[in-house]
Amino acid sequence: MNEASHANSSAPPASHNRARNPGVALDVSWFEPVGVNASAVERRVASLTGRRSLKKEYQAAWLVRALTCLDLTTLAGDDTAGRVHRLCAKARRPLDEDVLEALGLTDSPPTVGAVCVYPTMVAPAVRALAGSGIPVASVAAGFPAGLTPLKQRLAEIDYAVSEGAGEIDIVITRAHVLNREWSALYDEVKAMREACGAAHLKAILATGDLKTLRNVYSASMVAMQAGADFIKTSTGKEDVNATLPVSLTMLRALRDYRDATGFEIGFKPAGGLRTAKDALNWLILMKEELGLPWMRSDLFRIGASSLLTDIERQLSHYATGRYSANYRHAMA
Amino acid sequence: MAKITDILRTMEYGPSPESDEHVRAWLAAHRGGFGHFVAGRFLAPGALFDVNNPATGERIAGVTLGTAADVDAAVRAARKALPKWSALSGDARARHLYALARHVQKRERFLAVLESVDNGKPIRESRDIDIPLVARHFYHHAGWASLVASEFPDCRPVGVCGQIIPWNFPLLMLAWKIAPALAAGNTVVLKPAEFTPLTALAFAQICIEAGLPPGVVNIVTGDGATGAALVAHDDVDKIAFTGSTEVGRAIRKASAGTGKKLSLELGGKSPFIVFEDADLDSAVEGVVDAIWFNQGQVCCAGSRLLAAESIADKFLAKLRARMAHLRVGDPLDKSTDVGAIVAPVQLERIKRLVDQGEREGAKVWRAPGALPERGCFYPPTLVTDVEPASLLAREEIFGPVLVTMTFRTPDEAIALANNTRYGLSASVWTENVNRALEFAARVKAGVVWINSTNLFDAAAGFGGYRESGFGREGGREGLAEYLALDAPKGKTSAKALLSPTLTALPGQSPAPGADAIDRTAKLYIGGKQARPDSGYCYAVLDRKGASVGLAGLGNRKDIRNAVEAASKASGWGAATAHNRAQALYYVAENLEARAAEFAERLRATTGASVREARE
Repeated sequence: MNEASHANSSAPPASHNRARNPGVALDVSWFEPVGVNASAVERRVASLTGRRSLKKEYQAAWLVRALTCLDLTTLAGDDTAGRVHRLCAKARRPLDEDVLEALGLTDSPPTVGAVCVYPTMVAPAVRALAGSGIPVASVAAGFPAGLTPLKQRLAEIDYAVSEGAGEIDIVITRAHVLNREWSALYDEVKAMREACGAAHLKAILATGDLKTLRNVYSASMVAMQAGADFIKTSTGKEDVNATLPVSLTMLRALRDYRDATGFEIGFKPAGGLRTAKDALNWLILMKEELGLPWMRSDLFRIGASSLLTDIERQLSHYATGRYSANYRHAMA
Repeated sequence: MAKITDILRTMEYGPSPESDEHVRAWLAAHRGGFGHFVAGRFLAPGALFDVNNPATGERIAGVTLGTAADVDAAVRAARKALPKWSALSGDARARHLYALARHVQKRERFLAVLESVDNGKPIRESRDIDIPLVARHFYHHAGWASLVASEFPDCRPVGVCGQIIPWNFPLLMLAWKIAPALAAGNTVVLKPAEFTPLTALAFAQICIEAGLPPGVVNIVTGDGATGAALVAHDDVDKIAFTGSTEVGRAIRKASAGTGKKLSLELGGKSPFIVFEDADLDSAVEGVVDAIWFNQGQVCCAGSRLLAAESIADKFLAKLRARMAHLRVGDPLDKSTDVGAIVAPVQLERIKRLVDQGEREGAKVWRAPGALPERGCFYPPTLVTDVEPASLLAREEIFGPVLVTMTFRTPDEAIALANNTRYGLSASVWTENVNRALEFAARVKAGVVWINSTNLFDAAAGFGGYRESGFGREGGREGLAEYLALDAPKGKTSAKALLSPTLTALPGQSPAPGADAIDRTAKLYIGGKQARPDSGYCYAVLDRKGASVGLAGLGNRKDIRNAVEAASKASGWGAATAHNRAQALYYVAENLEARAAEFAERLRATTGASVREARE
């Protein structure tokens, strides 16, 4: 699938059209000797977003792109089928007609990248999205702590897949990273990947718990060696969620993995991206560190719930020249 | 207007121009040309020279070519302002410096745009680096103005300072020069670079706005001859220069023996060392900041990449991939990484050197991407297959050109790093703290950055060794360059010494008294008594012209031997401070044991009383 056909159609994201990462045998030499200098990484990200600027129609186009990479998410204890239905309606039709017209996208209205829910909400989401081509992603495997027994976590993945989830967001056991139990971590992710079958596996590293960037790099590499299709920063439930330094470290890891194996792994920052400006900053990061292929929903997703509203308001400003009130936009 | 659907295909950044509307208005208001700034006001423009925007080649202003008479008028204004300015309390001077900092901040965007238009540097750099550092430098020295009396007792301002600055960081270099000079109580005559005089002239207007007393800061524009007139002026007490080693050498010659205090900040060919255990991706970003910052026109640019042989290929592959993301183009576009080279003559020089290097066998790789059709642009360039003997490894290119060599061991890395006639800065990348610290101690450079590069702070002294100049700018040591010791108070009985007649002819003076032990006159070199190479000795005379003994007559070879011995004695610097102190105590004990003898010698040779000599 090429860029043009994607940009001009509302067809489902090309998520499932590329060669999947089969994984490789665990090899600690790919990450143990790799140094990650935290202050140098911080300096890079501090100046990165000041080095690039997007104005007018370019900004608008980039925001549309961000929207198509969105995993529109609800992960709350009070989620119901009705709530999920409302979210899915927004996922199908994230932008108002007048905004679409101003953007020249009436014929190919964009949709979000996926809808992300808890396993028991997969069935209502699948029903609500039927025919839209938008995949349903499910968190699974004892989300968000990931500390239920492995057997139950694998069973949960089976359940979500059987309900119709096309993507599974699992969370790794942080203890394996903190204690440097690399083969335990590898085996766990590999087992989950097998449980996913045809569904894609996104491995959440919960970087807010891992703390050091070396841990982040190592955990990224083990997850990819075990066969993850995506690596993802956070559950959204840690104290600190997606940050630019953590993201940069993960991108460097997946670049190194690509150079070593030829397989392209996706990246998903989650939690902490709330504004349109955040979305642009992350897209700039993807373009500068990896390039065009990682600016599409098959290799880039943003996990967020409130971000869509801000993107919508910015696009509405582009369309009308005025900032609109929240109540003018359909609720998710 | 580009269509959204098209942009979605390419995901280009698109244009993002910074407006130059206010700068254009300012230049239009000075269409008749800029005069010098002397005694608090602008003089009528004289004979003008052109100032061009290097990104477009367009003439943007006419600026007065300073004559010796203009320099003289400015020096006289500075001299006249000196007594009152230096007599102000430190706190009062601090208020003035603080006001300058505040005004720079209020005109921040204007100055950033003007700097980019005049110099060609990307707006991202002038906006985020140059101008904020200018304000920071004035703030920092406002603090020093308050503290100078208590921190530097028995010191006074040097006087009238002649300051000559380069074109690569026009306003930042002005701040580095003017802020400490004013804090210490000096007055200044500053000559901005011929290519980039405009922000200095805008700063002169800020001096008026901020209420700086007339004559404290004077700005004379012009070329090399104007600078030479300033260096040659009799009534200048100190020269501070930043620029090329060649001009620095000429200034040192011209000022030698005149009693002028001098500080020089000159060229460099600074090493950037990447060990095999470094964070390679971050080190790649370090290289970007080291050599593609300000188009590589940075005296402390990390222009010699030394990479461990075991990771060199991997590192260069990462570096090339990164270089493909650098954006060269319009300095006023907010997404530009590399702007314009300051002037056609500089661009020609870069081209000539790189072509010459290529003919010598160096492999030249230029970052992909088209350059703007007009203006002075040169692509980010990586040169491999160079050796320490290559032209490109030795000459300062002063452009966006990185040369690369490899090393096998840490010792070899240090040897290669130090194999240069310069010694300005060094950047070392390793995750091993011991290796970083050892490297920092052994590399001959005024500034060492560990896992970072090109970081500047007003509180940190900056300056070089060897042909990179001497003296420091910034911090306590930078301030000291603008202070002189008061003449010692109280009276002394020491009288002018006879000028020695270093004659080796025998029979010029009576032999020492019979009470003295007859000794062979020798030199002390490398821990040994050494006979002078010449085989001659001369008589040391007392105040009345009588001989008090003989001393070896050293020559060029003795000095060579002594310098070699001193540079070999690296063990002294590596010894702990405690061990060095122990050795000094031992020397002191022995001096004490022979105190009477030394006092007697001092009395005999200088004419001091025995009591003075003992004290």
